[in-house]
Amino acid sequence: MSATFLGMPGNFPENSQKAVQDSQLRYNLRKATHTIRGKRADVVGELPDWAELRAAGKAIKDHTLRNLDRYLVQLERAVQDAGGTVHWARDAAEANRIVTGLVKATGEREVVKVKSMATQEIELNQALAAEGITAYETDLAELIVQLGDDFPSHILVPAIHRNRSEIREIFLEKMPETPAGLTDDPPALAEAARLHLRERFLRSKVAISGANFMVAETGTLVVLESEGNGRMCLTLPETLISVVGIEKLLPTWRDLEVFLQLLPRSSTGERMNPYTSMWTGAVEGQDFHLVLLDNGRTGVLADEVGRQALRCIRCSACLNVCPVYERAGGHAYGSVYPGPIGAILTPQLRGMGSELDASLPYASSLCGACYDVCPVAIDIPEVLVDLRAKAPHAAAEKAGMKVAGWILDDHRRLAAAQRLASKVRGLVPKKRLPGPMSAWTDTRDVPEIPEESFRDWWERNERA
Amino acid sequence: MRVALFITCVNDTLFPGTGKAVVSLLRRLGCEVDFPAAQTCCGQMHVNTGYRAEGVRLARHFTEVFAGYDAVVAPSGSCAAMVREQYPKLARPGSKGAAAIAEVAPKVYELSEFLIDVLKVEDVGAYFPHRVTYHPTCHSLRGLRLGDRPARLLRHVRGLELVPLPGAEECCGFGGTFAVKNPAVSAAMGADKTRNIMDTGAEVLCAADNSCLMHIGGTLSRQKTGVRTMHLAEILASTEESQ
Repeated sequence: MSATFLGMPGNFPENSQKAVQDSQLRYNLRKATHTIRGKRADVVGELPDWAELRAAGKAIKDHTLRNLDRYLVQLERAVQDAGGTVHWARDAAEANRIVTGLVKATGEREVVKVKSMATQEIELNQALAAEGITAYETDLAELIVQLGDDFPSHILVPAIHRNRSEIREIFLEKMPETPAGLTDDPPALAEAARLHLRERFLRSKVAISGANFMVAETGTLVVLESEGNGRMCLTLPETLISVVGIEKLLPTWRDLEVFLQLLPRSSTGERMNPYTSMWTGAVEGQDFHLVLLDNGRTGVLADEVGRQALRCIRCSACLNVCPVYERAGGHAYGSVYPGPIGAILTPQLRGMGSELDASLPYASSLCGACYDVCPVAIDIPEVLVDLRAKAPHAAAEKAGMKVAGWILDDHRRLAAAQRLASKVRGLVPKKRLPGPMSAWTDTRDVPEIPEESFRDWWERNERA
Repeated sequence: MRVALFITCVNDTLFPGTGKAVVSLLRRLGCEVDFPAAQTCCGQMHVNTGYRAEGVRLARHFTEVFAGYDAVVAPSGSCAAMVREQYPKLARPGSKGAAAIAEVAPKVYELSEFLIDVLKVEDVGAYFPHRVTYHPTCHSLRGLRLGDRPARLLRHVRGLELVPLPGAEECCGFGGTFAVKNPAVSAAMGADKTRNIMDTGAEVLCAADNSCLMHIGGTLSRQKTGVRTMHLAEILASTEESQ
């Protein structure tokens, strides 16, 4: 995959405007998000103790994050005791360097990959390619994205923006062994991908994965998946390298009880995911390396409001319920983390130096639907508002807000401004406002300005 | 009961009819209504757009103006949610500001909360012979958790036919400055909302927030749909004589 999110130009309003005009994309997204949304609501609704599970998930994650230093060292020791090697990576460059070095040491030029957000975040595939190593994505949707030289647009379903006829075209073009008569029937598409991947699984000597959870107590890593490709990658190759964000930690084995309920119900809308793979250190015949990734997480941890984003278990429930994501699509966010969680995670991990990243905290109407469905109760609107206070503001907006604040500071000034507005009410164009307010009148009429404000009416009629 | 009306800056400036309706409704129900003239704005626009310093100043002003009342009633779910849900996050724990907020914030009610939870009325004696659909605004729904309070009030209005709104719980796309900062997505959300409203065949769209209604109503008007928007207070204040 040559496509890279880093340094993407534009900003969220411009990117999303293009997406809004793409009616096929809007249809695909609406259908997919509403389907998963409905399934999630059903399987969450059937649990009488969902609120307690959610509170437990939040509490376990908060406890872990407060004691992260201690638990990480405990994890390191447990993995080492079980024959694994642990590496610490401060940032993306260091993680990529470590992984590339490990692959090169095996003498292999190919690796198979389990779907992983952390390796997407650090753009590992590009770093490997630069060293002449080819990474093959084995998750069906990631494969579609990779073959299409495309960006993922959803955390759980990265090819959500593609429909089946587009997928058929990609397969025919990019998988040479695909028969020309391939239809766009989903089982036929899955079979074509299966045949293509099977050969890779059997041939590859190195696999790279992430992990959904790491258990400090035992040194166990956990991957949840639906397709079985993960199980193949984790068990067949001679070398397994897992790149995992430091916040993926859980203190004890028992804590999995909570998260193995929260995650599948919130993400795929299933009671249980088809494959849960767990491994502890190196198993016979396989070398195991764990790369613990910081890449901005420690900085997020230092922020009192923003740190709750580190509770995220990457379930995507917030994406599937977000009215903005549904219409803007994932690419508009310019990050591997789209949707509401991306809007609070990306600016914290990457900073708000680029125009795109600075626009992300504003990519929300603050409707609160994301907070309601979050299985670890991340108050996304709260973090968005906090980030907006730290975001750079345009000079004109700053001046306007200052004036508005000055007027609202004193009721006499507010009354004077209202009287002025009433005086010129006939001059306000209902259909076309000037300057930045034209963004309102492009699609909406302006309400009639009244002859008299409420306060003046009260003063005239009611003040005894 | 001595009730202070927090009109909100949007209603004060653009929708005085809503304020007059609240006054007449509350008096009909036996309340003594006061309008503290020094009030201005809760500060939501500033805080939610990232101008915290201005917002904090307005929040401080609010707590000073409304200290000492038994109850403060606001015809806006969003502004009431700002005071109750967001104010406590603005002050340093243990500070004087935090104490002032803890004193005032719990006494701030959105109109339907005040009617049902404090005055304990569902039938306010209103008459409004029209087909109405109700949009539960996000901050009423997920902030204040108003639940079916507005619907219970509307169901008791004589002559009123309340029809369910498909996709009611989805945001209309207003979102304060979101409407102008992300106009394309805001408009797309608004268009989906108005399509659902049209599907109900309602003559009137009702909500507890004029800011959302300004966005939906502005869209309905641009589309020349003929559907009116009305604040909950205005329907509840309607009587046979006023028709």
